[in-house]
Amino acid sequence: MRDMNAVAAIAGRDLLKFIRDPGRLVAAVVFPFAMIFLLGGTLQLNLGNAAGFNFIGFTFTGFLGMTLFQSTAQGLTSLMDDRHNDFAQELFVSPVSRYSIVFGKILGETAVAVAQVLPFVVFAVILRVPLTPTHIALLVPVALLSCFMGGAFGLLLLNTMSDSRASNQIFNFVFLPQYFLAGLIAPITHLPWYLAALSLISPMRYVIDLTRGVVFAGSAEYSRVVLAAPLTNVGVLVLMFAVFMIAGTTLFVRRETNR
Amino acid sequence: MTPAIEVRDLVKRYRKGTTNAVDGVTFDVEPGQFFALLGPNGAGKTTTIAILTTTLTPTSGTVRISGHDVLREASMVRNQVGIIFQNPSLDMNLTGEENVRIHAILYHLYPYRPLYRLMPGAYRHQLRELADVVGLGADVFKPVKRLSGGMQRKLEIIRGLMHHPRVLFLDEPTSGLDTVSRRNLWQYIGELRRRHDITICLTTHQLNEAEEADRVCILDHGHVVALGTPRDVKGQLVHDRLYLDADDRAALRRRLLEMKVSFNEEGAFVVDLDGLTAHQVIRAIDEPLTMLRTESPTLEDAYLRILAAGDA
Repeated sequence: MRDMNAVAAIAGRDLLKFIRDPGRLVAAVVFPFAMIFLLGGTLQLNLGNAAGFNFIGFTFTGFLGMTLFQSTAQGLTSLMDDRHNDFAQELFVSPVSRYSIVFGKILGETAVAVAQVLPFVVFAVILRVPLTPTHIALLVPVALLSCFMGGAFGLLLLNTMSDSRASNQIFNFVFLPQYFLAGLIAPITHLPWYLAALSLISPMRYVIDLTRGVVFAGSAEYSRVVLAAPLTNVGVLVLMFAVFMIAGTTLFVRRETNR
Repeated sequence: MTPAIEVRDLVKRYRKGTTNAVDGVTFDVEPGQFFALLGPNGAGKTTTIAILTTTLTPTSGTVRISGHDVLREASMVRNQVGIIFQNPSLDMNLTGEENVRIHAILYHLYPYRPLYRLMPGAYRHQLRELADVVGLGADVFKPVKRLSGGMQRKLEIIRGLMHHPRVLFLDEPTSGLDTVSRRNLWQYIGELRRRHDITICLTTHQLNEAEEADRVCILDHGHVVALGTPRDVKGQLVHDRLYLDADDRAALRRRLLEMKVSFNEEGAFVVDLDGLTAHQVIRAIDEPLTMLRTESPTLEDAYLRILAAGDA
């Protein structure tokens, strides 16, 4: 219970750093505008009728899930920055369990990711994506699960990195293919078997599909947009989170103390 | 009585290392003692401190802090120790106060509050008191990146002292501090020891700071090469010296040779008082002296002698 204050302090630190970073704040507004308005709008005008669903809604849900997942995962790499500027020493010599430190980081990056997607929701409402208060209420637990999944995934990746340069390379290598395998921009209802297999092991697929499952629930487009039932996606995400979290934390703690 | 620090046959070899960074180190520190760990760069001091503070696992050997094993009871150990790191370990994106606040919360001193003004009065009082002690004052509220290197060091010292640790590790604590801040820091640490019986484990290159230690341990290439009180370490290796000179230097030289004392001529005659007192030497000299001065060796003299012997 005593560690809860420490968890809050570690999480609060990440949120504070985000709020004080003008570059990240501007990006949080410009990025959704570019993705939903420009990309989603263009796709809707050119492919919307042929596809048989609203591409603005499709792009919105894709980038919403992707941002929650990827922002938290990438935020976890700040643990590596802490290691390099020696702030990690301050964390690791304190009487706080390693699990609490990791949980605090994930919680902090979750708060940052949620703050980053708020402009997405605003743009979506402006562009008449059919979002009801129920949708928004249901998106809250979906967002938390997506962020926790991203945090656990980022923690696992962190153990493969030695510095910021390696981090950029690994993130490009790991995330770029997932944009296509998870159906971020284009539907993936028809894939060759080898890409379908890769898609099935892509965590981002389940995050995005769960987001779409909530937003498109009850609409005529649901069957053309959503790949699996929301409960199936939740089950897969919970399982993946548990595996990544246990493996990631164990590896991280071992790596920090057994140099 | 359970030692505050107990180190037995400690060995550390880094995963990519070809030699042991720490190689069979053994020492004890009693509660309340001021212990200094000395040695040149690469001697193994910081590695030893990292193991003692649980941020690094040993390859072999045992380490206990206040009776708690650093491997099996790491959490208990972390509750007992504080450390002022050799390298800055501050978050540059936060203010000084925010860095201290995070530390205070990590050590379970105060509940988390997102703003300074919401923190308990006891925290705000303690922070201001410590900021005044090290001479940081209201600058503690500035962003860390706007503080000079010396001011950042002061901030780390405030942070390390917040939780009144039972064992305080000071890894080069005064590097980057001006003379006044250095003196204030040592005065405060001395007061802490008197009030709270804190054990201090210091690593430093400022050997005059270690002169006040109860015991010193000199490491070289991962080995203990000297261990004891500063007086013992100095006494084993270097002796008091007597500086003499006279107008009739030939007569004085003859007299010293007759006395069979060890001496050399470095401008004046320098007599090594090995087992003798200055009084015994002077009493045996009839020639009128033009110079008479005694000099006690410093820890630095002994340190340099030990390291030179190791290199030879």
